[in-house]
Amino acid sequence: MIIAKRKPVNEIADMVAPYKKVTVVGCRSCVAICLAGGEKEVKMLISALKVKNRKEGRKQEFDGLVVERQCEKEWIKEVEERILDSDLVLSMACSLGAQTIGDMYPEKIVFPALNTGMFGVPEEQGVWSEKCVGCGNCIIHTTGGICPIARCAKSMLNGPCGGSSNGHCEVNLDIDCAWYEIHERLKLQKRLDLIEKVNPPKDWSTAHYGGRRIYTREDAKLTQHQKKGKEAVQ
Amino acid sequence: MAAHRPRIVGFCCERHGMDAVVLAARSGKTHDASVRLVQVPCSGRVDGLHILKALEDGADAVVVLGCLEKNCYYDTGSIEGRKRVAYVKSMLKEAGVEPERVEMFNAASTNAWAFPEMVSKMADVVKRLGPLGSGGEER
Repeated sequence: MIIAKRKPVNEIADMVAPYKKVTVVGCRSCVAICLAGGEKEVKMLISALKVKNRKEGRKQEFDGLVVERQCEKEWIKEVEERILDSDLVLSMACSLGAQTIGDMYPEKIVFPALNTGMFGVPEEQGVWSEKCVGCGNCIIHTTGGICPIARCAKSMLNGPCGGSSNGHCEVNLDIDCAWYEIHERLKLQKRLDLIEKVNPPKDWSTAHYGGRRIYTREDAKLTQHQKKGKEAVQ
Repeated sequence: MAAHRPRIVGFCCERHGMDAVVLAARSGKTHDASVRLVQVPCSGRVDGLHILKALEDGADAVVVLGCLEKNCYYDTGSIEGRKRVAYVKSMLKEAGVEPERVEMFNAASTNAWAFPEMVSKMADVVKRLGPLGSGGEER
């Protein structure tokens, strides 16, 4: 899932200061799980901004709402009225949610309240770690199910490097060495022969470096005829 | 002009915290502050949002009073309460609002001194910092 973190309250307060009516829109998906932009976080941010305004004698109107998935237009459409009835939309979703609202209502100003960080997983309560960088060319079937691109500080394809020490990374001793983990996993799976296999240079053309990526599935796409029919129903 | 009377909201656990308050009340001691107590089943039930709402709606300071951490009726409730208070303090600091306006206190049911001491400490904090803006209406 996508892991994000709330921007500092003062940074958000500075961003929204010029606007009288602010609609704060949260998301019940990834950012709710990582406790950054769910219902509770929307309420707490609004309350913190109101406390700040109370202290500084500033008057602003806040409206808070949460949608199921802010990156899907259907859910945004349900709260369209409240979005349009504001001077500013403050998105508490990942950047995808903020951009979806922005693309749907280009005349509206949409600001992000979160810093979108990574693709990660919850490790334990309150802890999330990065496990994928979305390179577009997955190789974890050869590395014991562990991604060296995301989990090795140097994204090495043939590791470990000389900085691996007692299973830890030289960049930060609190981080496990991905290649040590790969070795241990392959040993457990009795596939250690894979560690000796030299991986060729990675094809990065599938990653972000070739510009914005768009994936399509032709069988799922609507034809012009189908689109017209759907519009007629709506 | 009359001096500002600090408005303090206290979230108080119904176990050791409330017992300590009742014990203190029997002593008849008065305070130079307006204190509103909200009884909660456990200090771990207090949410950051409760604290912020109190500040938003007119309180100058908020306290959470729970059992002693090693003697919490619900084992880890006081620890949860402390973590929530710490999180709210960090949010207030980020917002440029004095984090000292929010504190967590712990007491055993026999600590008759705990509640008066807590109120007096927070009243001093509010007197030093002043009321939290002029936007809060007197209630």
